[in-house]
Amino acid sequence: MFETLSDRLTSVFTSLRGKGRLSEEDIDTTAREIRLALLEADVALPVVRAFIARIKERAQGAEVSKALNPAQQVIKIVNDELIDILGGETRELRFAKNPPTVIMLAGLQGSGKTTLAGKLGRWLAAERNTPLLVAADLQRPNAVTQLQVVGERAEVPVFAPEPGNGVGDPVEVARASVEQAEHNNHNVVIIDTAGRLGVDSEMMQQAADIRDAVTPDEILFVVDAMIGQDAVNTAQSFLDGVGYDAVALTKLDGDARGGAALSIRHITGRPIMFASTGEKLDDFTLFHPDRMASRILDMGDVLTLIDKA
Amino acid sequence: ARSQNVFGKGLLSLLAADRLDESSWEEIEDILITADVGVTSAAQIVENLRTKVKVLGTRTPDDVRELLRAELLAQIGTDRDRTVHTEQHAGGPAVVLIVGVNGTGKTTTAGKLARVLVGDGRSVVLGAADTFRAAAADQLETWGSRVGAPVVRRDEGADPASVAFEAVARGMDDRADTVIVDTAGRLHTKTGLMDELGKVKRVVEKKSSVDDVLLVLDATTGQNGLRQARVFAEAVDVSGIVLTKLDGTAKGGIVVQVQRELGVPVKLVGLGEGPDDLAPFDPEGFVDALLENVE
Ligand SMILES: Nc1nc2c(ncn2[C@@H]2O[C@H](COP(=O)(O)OP(=O)(O)OP(=O)(O)O)[C@@H](O)[C@H]2O)c(=O)[nH]1
Ligand SMILES: Nc1nc2c(ncn2[C@@H]2O[C@H](COP(=O)(O)OP(=O)(O)OP(=O)(O)O)[C@@H](O)[C@H]2O)c(=O)[nH]1
Ligand SMILES: [Mg+2]
Ligand SMILES: [Mg+2]
Repeated sequence: MFETLSDRLTSVFTSLRGKGRLSEEDIDTTAREIRLALLEADVALPVVRAFIARIKERAQGAEVSKALNPAQQVIKIVNDELIDILGGETRELRFAKNPPTVIMLAGLQGSGKTTLAGKLGRWLAAERNTPLLVAADLQRPNAVTQLQVVGERAEVPVFAPEPGNGVGDPVEVARASVEQAEHNNHNVVIIDTAGRLGVDSEMMQQAADIRDAVTPDEILFVVDAMIGQDAVNTAQSFLDGVGYDAVALTKLDGDARGGAALSIRHITGRPIMFASTGEKLDDFTLFHPDRMASRILDMGDVLTLIDKA
Repeated sequence: ARSQNVFGKGLLSLLAADRLDESSWEEIEDILITADVGVTSAAQIVENLRTKVKVLGTRTPDDVRELLRAELLAQIGTDRDRTVHTEQHAGGPAVVLIVGVNGTGKTTTAGKLARVLVGDGRSVVLGAADTFRAAAADQLETWGSRVGAPVVRRDEGADPASVAFEAVARGMDDRADTVIVDTAGRLHTKTGLMDELGKVKRVVEKKSSVDDVLLVLDATTGQNGLRQARVFAEAVDVSGIVLTKLDGTAKGGIVVQVQRELGVPVKLVGLGEGPDDLAPFDPEGFVDALLENVE
């Protein structure tokens, strides 16, 4: 069977090269294949609908080019559109005018926040910053110990005044960390918070309280690339509950297509800033919209073809 | 009683229409897709449903609703053995191995399961065979002291297979009922780590049978969950699924495909972060939740 979208589309158009415009029927067939591919990549259903409508519109107007066969051409449209949505304006980390710059991490349980705190700390330290990691997850068993070990590995100091495991107030810890940073010349503060569900209003309120106590320069929503259709609910509830400026996508070293990237970007408008690609501290990059686009649709080789054409 | 609120308003109003048209079928399919059942599976389920409705000549929304529910239940199977094998046997304690990708809830599940067993008056040994992740053994140790189960651990970076082996040996010496071995999270795509997991199991088997291999799947996981299950099943012969984080909005529909394709039953569900938030998998409750609150 045809594995990839590019294979499937190529089979839809067999002999259309250079024949004017795509017919209505061609476009419908194509749209069905794209819908299937997007859903298999875990793009959320409402986002798939909106996206397909946009692709149809563009495909209708397009002349069939001489250089590309229709399948390649449609894929090019889809790819351009994906990059457009995933990328938009690229955003750099915003530093505060008056240090410390405060970065707060928030997300579901197990999404990769604590690991990301270490990665960010290390990355920032390499760029001549003096980050401080803050243990404000006082809930999960040994979340504090975990951050301490991560800090040790990253060679970044950790502010952990409370033992955690249910003891201590995360809002107070966050507040105190900013003072600590001011006194000890840390120009960046990275606050690790407990994992929480979108539906947990108490925990969501706690996140909002931490936010209000430290007014972060950046709140990063940390999300697992393997997430499925629930990405929309979760992204929206964190946006409503605590708000965020950008997204970090984790566990991209696996084989999940990561359709959530498209869903979240589409629904919240927040840019994806970082990609986490492993358990080790160096497995971390800035987000590349073009790589993500071809990953979602699994169409790497067609793009190479298009590039050559 | 439950079937009263089985289906949310969305599906109800949709089925209240006296005639099922193309868009009603599509909407049923969408409900399934939104629950992560998967687009191909969803289409197939709807196809089966359409055929049944045609054959039976059923028309009322109530009938269709029941048929859909029955179809899903059939896919999941209501007569499967979903017991976790935790009973001591001639060879010594039962050994339960907990596996899965990163961050799904393995350590938490190990702790909760120990809690259930200890609460039942049984003795449990926990094995901290995650020697890689920062403070993983500490986390399990906290769980151990919470629930009253000793934890066998070694230094960070120690060979996970030998920690697992020692935990089982300790369980035998102590005449414990159950040994629960927690392993490091690993993506199924990392062959080196999957080989390491295979080795953990083989080494334990030199000492004892492994009575249950539980794959922990996060309910928020989308279509990747099926790939995870395939590869883990291949590597360590998974005998049960634990579906965690069902206390959120995610439905965990991926297990429908997992059960159908691999025949591995879901045995337990995780419903929170606390020690008592573990429950046996209830197919009917799961299907009802899958189909509720649309719109
Ligand atoms: N393969 C892989 N594993 C990752 C990545 N990021 C984090 N992890 C692993 O995912 C698991 C969870 O990561 P944590 O950083 O503890 O996640 P968290 O969001 O802090 O979790 P909670 O504090 O429990 O909510 C750990 O096993 C990490 O090693 C990644 O990019 N790739
Ligand atoms: N809401 C909710 N959270 C859960 C559940 N099970 C586990 N968690 C949380 O999910 C996060 C990850 O759980 P762990 O038990 O550390 O996961 P793990 O699979 O051992 O992670 P690694 O060892 O890093 O791969 C923690 O914050 C847990 O408290 C559940 O059923 N519901
Ligand atoms: Mg954490
Ligand atoms: Mg663990």
